[in-house]
Amino acid sequence: MGTKDNAVLDQGFDGIEPMVFESQISVPYSWWAGDTATYFLKGLRDEKKIRALKCTSCGKTYIPPRKTCPVCFVPNTEWKDLSGTGTVQSFTIARRQLAAISKKVPVIYALIKLDGADTAMLHYIEGISPEKMKIGMKVQAEFAEDRKGTIQDIAFFKPVKEV
Amino acid sequence: MDKAAIIGVGMTSIEGNKVRDTFADMAWEAVNKALDDAGMNINDIDNVITTSNDFWDGRTISCMAVGDASGAAHKNVSCVEGDGTFGAFYGLTRALSGSYGTTLVTAHTKGSQSVSSLITNAAFDPIYERSLGMDMISACAMQANAYMNRTGITSEQLALVSVKNHGNAKKNPLSQMPLDITVNDVLKSEMISDPLHKLDCSPVSDACCAIIIANEERAAKHKGKPVWIKGVSFCSDAFFFGDRDLSRAPALEQAAKKAYAMAGIKNPMKEIDTAEVYDAFTYQELMWLEGLGLCADGESGRLLEKGEFAIDGRLPVNASGGLLSGHPVIAAGLIRIAEIVKQLRGEAGKYQTKNPKTGVAHGVNGLCGQSHCVWVLGKDK
Ligand SMILES: [Zn+2]
Repeated sequence: MGTKDNAVLDQGFDGIEPMVFESQISVPYSWWAGDTATYFLKGLRDEKKIRALKCTSCGKTYIPPRKTCPVCFVPNTEWKDLSGTGTVQSFTIARRQLAAISKKVPVIYALIKLDGADTAMLHYIEGISPEKMKIGMKVQAEFAEDRKGTIQDIAFFKPVKEV
Repeated sequence: MDKAAIIGVGMTSIEGNKVRDTFADMAWEAVNKALDDAGMNINDIDNVITTSNDFWDGRTISCMAVGDASGAAHKNVSCVEGDGTFGAFYGLTRALSGSYGTTLVTAHTKGSQSVSSLITNAAFDPIYERSLGMDMISACAMQANAYMNRTGITSEQLALVSVKNHGNAKKNPLSQMPLDITVNDVLKSEMISDPLHKLDCSPVSDACCAIIIANEERAAKHKGKPVWIKGVSFCSDAFFFGDRDLSRAPALEQAAKKAYAMAGIKNPMKEIDTAEVYDAFTYQELMWLEGLGLCADGESGRLLEKGEFAIDGRLPVNASGGLLSGHPVIAAGLIRIAEIVKQLRGEAGKYQTKNPKTGVAHGVNGLCGQSHCVWVLGKDK
């Protein structure tokens, strides 16, 4: 059905450079963090504390903290301070400088289960050569000097023991 | 479930950069091929579902922009954001609702027009995660590591998926990346994010796919070979990776279990003859095969080495070449359905598997397989 139409277009297209419309989607956008994340981010910025939210129904402690328990479908009501140490559940070493990565590669990303929490959080690992990374290794949070109330107020996690 | 069938499929070729086609041009081609395939014209279509993603398309309400070229003008058209298998699920429920005899479902993407790292980075939580700079590749690499660590599946076994699927693509004229490669070629290709090499990752692709779903009454009037929808289900896991065990796919296990139950399948390992699964990365084919219950947990690598998933093996997987050979996001899952339809009709040409009666098509939505949609299709009613 489309074949005949395409034959006409083929002639028209022959030798013509395809036109491209270059554009960039750039829309200012403010993500209001909400009560829960605001309390968490203030804890990072002002007290160098990593706080998690506990569901008093199932007892699960969530990080990143969120207002409701996805399992019980009830509000999480109990804040808990975590120590900042944890275990690497998984990791990757980003080697190619893909567009989303703002740090210079290699960058180690890890899923870290903090002691006292039942879920894990994403962050960087530094202070170790990529080849020595292992699932199960113990790490601890290193806070940034200059803290602005973002997830980057934790500068990275580093191995608990010198490697 | 009342009976319904897929009575027409159409797809464009999968290419790295379709400079000559807009989204609507691709939809026009795929829809007309599906109509030709079904021996129908646009007046036989009772309603339309388009499937797209606004970020990938670079516009808001992207699904409405392809409606005209999909023949949706003056019809009831609705949209799904996500993989095509989920669009098809919605299309099926409409065909079963009693309000429509037929649904045309389309799904399109042009990965070539944007920067996939930035698009997929935007899927992360903007407050807690996004600024870290992860994207689909680094996220899936982390999942691959977790899966390999738990099961002992090796990099060589991952590489073998790439060798198999790129090799299968040589038999599929619509595929983007037919390649003659070895395990060593994969292992020597650029390490993008450990443990994933370049050839462990699917390419950036453009394509559109369309299928026509009919209820039993309309399928009965159809003159071709209807392929019957025996069971279908989808299930979603938690959004945050840290809430999940990334090394497992419980949402897929559940979706598969429900779909098999609907289809009356008791032993999928024996009763499924051919499968098209969402192999955006090599490890995913293996991990999803286990999640689908098509082999035992942790066994996929060994069975792959034995040749069981080859076109002439016990259970051919991604005979079409899969997504590793061309990955138009959004259209990807709908193409899996269309490929199984071709297989069950015996019309898959050089990559036809041996006389399949029942096949599985699988689609994924979200990072690291957050959500899975499983289709069990059958040759017989
Ligand atoms: Zn709870």
